[in-house]
Amino acid sequence: MTATASTDTAVRDTGAGKRRQGPTFLMALPAVLFFGFFALIPLGGVLVISFMEWNILGTPSWVGLDNWDTVINDRPFTWRALTLTLLFVVGSYLFQAPIALMLGVFMAGQQRYRAFLSVLYFLPLLFSSVAVGLTFQSLFSPYYGMSAALPFDWLPNDWLTNSDIVMYVMIFVVGWCFIPFHALLYQAGVRQIPADMYEAATIDGAGRIRQFFSITLPQLRYTIITSSTLMLVGSLTYFDLIFVLTGGQPANAVRILPLDMYITGFSANNLGHASVIAVILVAIGLTMSLALNKLSGSSKMESDKAGA
Amino acid sequence: MSRHRTMRAGTAGVAAASLFALTACGGGGDGASAWILTGGGWPAIEEDLERFEEAHDVEIDVEALENDAYKQQIRTAVGSGDAPTLIMSWTGGALLEYVEEDRVVPLDGETGDLESRVHESVWQNGVVDGSVYAVPLNDVQPVVLYYNQEVLDEHGLDLPETWSDVEDIIDTLDGVDDVDAFSLAGGSIWPAFMWLAYLTDRHGGEGAFQAVVEGEDGAWDNESIIWALETMQELGENGFIGNYNAVTADQNEDAQLLADGRAAFLLQGSWVYATINQDFPEFADSGNFGFTEFPVLEDGAGDPSNIVGNPANFWSISADASEEEQEVARTYLSEHLYNDETVDQMLDNGSLPPLNDIEDRFAGAEAEDFLTFANELAANANHFQLSWDQAISPSEEQAFGDALAEILQGSSTPQDFVDTMNAQ
Repeated sequence: MTATASTDTAVRDTGAGKRRQGPTFLMALPAVLFFGFFALIPLGGVLVISFMEWNILGTPSWVGLDNWDTVINDRPFTWRALTLTLLFVVGSYLFQAPIALMLGVFMAGQQRYRAFLSVLYFLPLLFSSVAVGLTFQSLFSPYYGMSAALPFDWLPNDWLTNSDIVMYVMIFVVGWCFIPFHALLYQAGVRQIPADMYEAATIDGAGRIRQFFSITLPQLRYTIITSSTLMLVGSLTYFDLIFVLTGGQPANAVRILPLDMYITGFSANNLGHASVIAVILVAIGLTMSLALNKLSGSSKMESDKAGA
Repeated sequence: MSRHRTMRAGTAGVAAASLFALTACGGGGDGASAWILTGGGWPAIEEDLERFEEAHDVEIDVEALENDAYKQQIRTAVGSGDAPTLIMSWTGGALLEYVEEDRVVPLDGETGDLESRVHESVWQNGVVDGSVYAVPLNDVQPVVLYYNQEVLDEHGLDLPETWSDVEDIIDTLDGVDDVDAFSLAGGSIWPAFMWLAYLTDRHGGEGAFQAVVEGEDGAWDNESIIWALETMQELGENGFIGNYNAVTADQNEDAQLLADGRAAFLLQGSWVYATINQDFPEFADSGNFGFTEFPVLEDGAGDPSNIVGNPANFWSISADASEEEQEVARTYLSEHLYNDETVDQMLDNGSLPPLNDIEDRFAGAEAEDFLTFANELAANANHFQLSWDQAISPSEEQAFGDALAEILQGSSTPQDFVDTMNAQ
């Protein structure tokens, strides 16, 4: 035993060995099994169904590439849904990222009332999305909601049905729910930045704005990458709130791909087409995460702690 | 991926996960089960099932779901062999599919004396190819025109008997701020199906839609359907309440607008009578709450006695349930359904069970007026049209709703609608 251990150490020390380090593969087994069972196998199933015609009740029958041909070439709504999805993803990111960053930096500080305000900011994180959806539905109600209660005539009262604004309303409500989570990530990130960096900067005469851009932001780069990936992929596959709030109407303004997939599959009972949409969604999601990983160079990520 | 098992309203969202997981949730397990809806007269059905459980010392697991969530989840459950023992449907296209796929069992000779007690016209809805596959479980649900007498008095209006009366009413209310002729939950879309069905029927008779149900080629391209769609778009500009597209029925906003006097009329199903009594008792007890039938179209071809609605909701028994579970369900149907206590409770709610000679039991019921009205409406109807969304094939229902939503939002023309539906 002793001999083996010392050999191990020797190999590691020279850095020449190719032997695995760290915990054995066995410890990853539960996670791998879980992932395989609940993600990979169903994914394969969806791929198979995308080549079948199936109305849920009957027996699926093989139709080859017909579903793919229809969804991509003969179904104008697919492209509409893709455009809406893009709008939703970009809009959500532009809305959530800056606010989450600023809130996170604020919550990591020492200001007065900070703790109290932080609790308020975190509240949305605790609510179930269905409850949030139903509450906002009441708020946006034309005759009994906030537009009727507030004395501002310029407020629209068809928040959820006016196709010009409903997408922005969705971006706002979804952002309202998810900003606290990302702010939490940023808060943790900021807390890890060593205080002596700020002390040194202060001695050098850097103001708070300068400190933010020269210290906080660069030090947060990995947090920004993590949070951005979660935001982009998360909004790409987002479903709950939009479904509860709008049920997918108006279709030309808010039916993003995940919603389109659900409605095609479970309301229109066309699982073949829904599976094609699902596979497209998976492909876009994977491409996006991989691209983000590559672009950000996260494979080269290093510790950025002071002294490391 | 989190996997919720709760079946409550709204969590339908989570069902999206099952597109990946490919397993339907719920159903199965020990003991019989039944899924019902929320609101309206459904709490009475739940209590009835509970009384049956106690009386027969059996277990029936009851889940109450919101309307839209139910329609989406029941299909997945039935398709995956995980259906509740008692499958509720509105008959029509969904029941036909269940029968074609052998998902429900025939009930011939297993329903006790039910067949002799239920109205023949209602009973027939549960019969497919000469066999009974579903039996009615609750009340006849005609769609009627509710009104607020206070609004009518204030603006000197009478109940509309003809379509030109309706046009006069709209003209009168045109100049009035904050009051419109018809409340409509356009955001939920299905209340608009009722308008489409009534207008089409008054204009062209029941044959126009019958051709659609029978799958005739191009049947949607019918002058009566197009007239009805055009009329709805005109009503959208003037007639329906201002923001009708943003009003939803889930939380009974359409009924509230009538109760609050923001609208003079509301076209809705008979279950709204119970809703108004429960949710807006002040209005219900004020003496201003009234109900009447859909007006006559002067030169329309339709029989003015025709009504639209649901003959009832129906129970079927799942072919995937175990023998014991099926037995519990059969006992419930043959021995317990429409027992005296439950019928009395229905009558008190203003729900009209489709039973022969039921009128003998109205006297003294709290809702006597409404029951008498609904009973005469149903009994005198030359044709009782099943709600369109239920009558058409379930795979067309989504396209139908989407196409009608575009009509309501003014983003498509009646001809677009007809073309879309014909292409289904």
